[in-house]
Amino acid sequence: MVTTNDPNHYFEHRGRGGGHDHGHDHGEGGHDHGHSHEEDPVERVEHELDYFQVRTAALINLLREKGILTIDEVRREVEVIYSQTPAIGSRVVARAWTDPAFKERLLTDAAAACLELGIDTTAIDHLVAIENTDKVHYMVVCTLCSCYPRALLGQPPTWYKSFPYRSKAVTDPHGALADLGYTPPKGVELRVVDSTADCRFLIIPRRPRGTEGWSEEKLAQIVVRDSMIGCADALTPEEFEAGKGALVG
Amino acid sequence: MDTKFKVGDPVRVKHKFPPGHIRTPLYLRGKSGVIDRYFGRFRNPEDLAYGKDGLPLCELYWVKFPLNGLWDHNPGKDADSVVVEIFEHWLDPA
Repeated sequence: MVTTNDPNHYFEHRGRGGGHDHGHDHGEGGHDHGHSHEEDPVERVEHELDYFQVRTAALINLLREKGILTIDEVRREVEVIYSQTPAIGSRVVARAWTDPAFKERLLTDAAAACLELGIDTTAIDHLVAIENTDKVHYMVVCTLCSCYPRALLGQPPTWYKSFPYRSKAVTDPHGALADLGYTPPKGVELRVVDSTADCRFLIIPRRPRGTEGWSEEKLAQIVVRDSMIGCADALTPEEFEAGKGALVG
Repeated sequence: MDTKFKVGDPVRVKHKFPPGHIRTPLYLRGKSGVIDRYFGRFRNPEDLAYGKDGLPLCELYWVKFPLNGLWDHNPGKDADSVVVEIFEHWLDPA
């Protein structure tokens, strides 16, 4: 028996007037019932959907029935979501570290600079790159929801969307960073970026000492996700050698 | 830049509480800050959320608020801050 969680299958099935009314046993053994499955070779396992699955299904079905979205477009969008990872942002940062003119362009017009690397950020209304330095340390939160530069970093981590982080980042940011195991360098000015409107922020972390002469590809591997949110530093050469490098490429 | 505020201007967030899809966080209502950057003009999300066109475009600023001063406690160093995107219609000169 083949089971499936493929949404196409689910919607197609449901779309045909409520699905078949299986009164028979769906146990091991298979098909001892009368009707033909010739057009329907994949057997489904019916199971309870949770609240959000039902809500999502209802919403998608409405959009489909009204001709606003096709199931194919939904699939395509899901594929885009899964194709986005922090490795994209790491590439941008590594280029900024090795090419000062590129870094200037990135700080001035981040979307155009990303396009130079073939990275399309049109899904982001206004991309803003900011730089962590020896004087200023930025960290990003969205207290209202979960605004995040997904085209560059993929989906946000669960803690980023959690109420404890979202409230503590503005009521006690030093504590919020400590909860994540991070302490900014002594003496820096901490700036909490509450990302609330049309901008999405990419942080260029400080380039660690001892990485002089490294290739862009190698540098990208020390630009871990959280360093681009300001909740960590890029890895030191020692940490990188110890095998903590980010998955890139 | 032909905008109501320029970088460095002191501003105060309006102390009002309308219903709707508001992008100005509650904890900043009535708080004072300084214009740190100008981002440009964007459709008004308070209208877009209800299927309207969001026009006319709204000026969007980055406003910097001292961290110590937002709460009853002082959670950071004096130089620490919170920087937030605020639309012009939410700001008064301070």
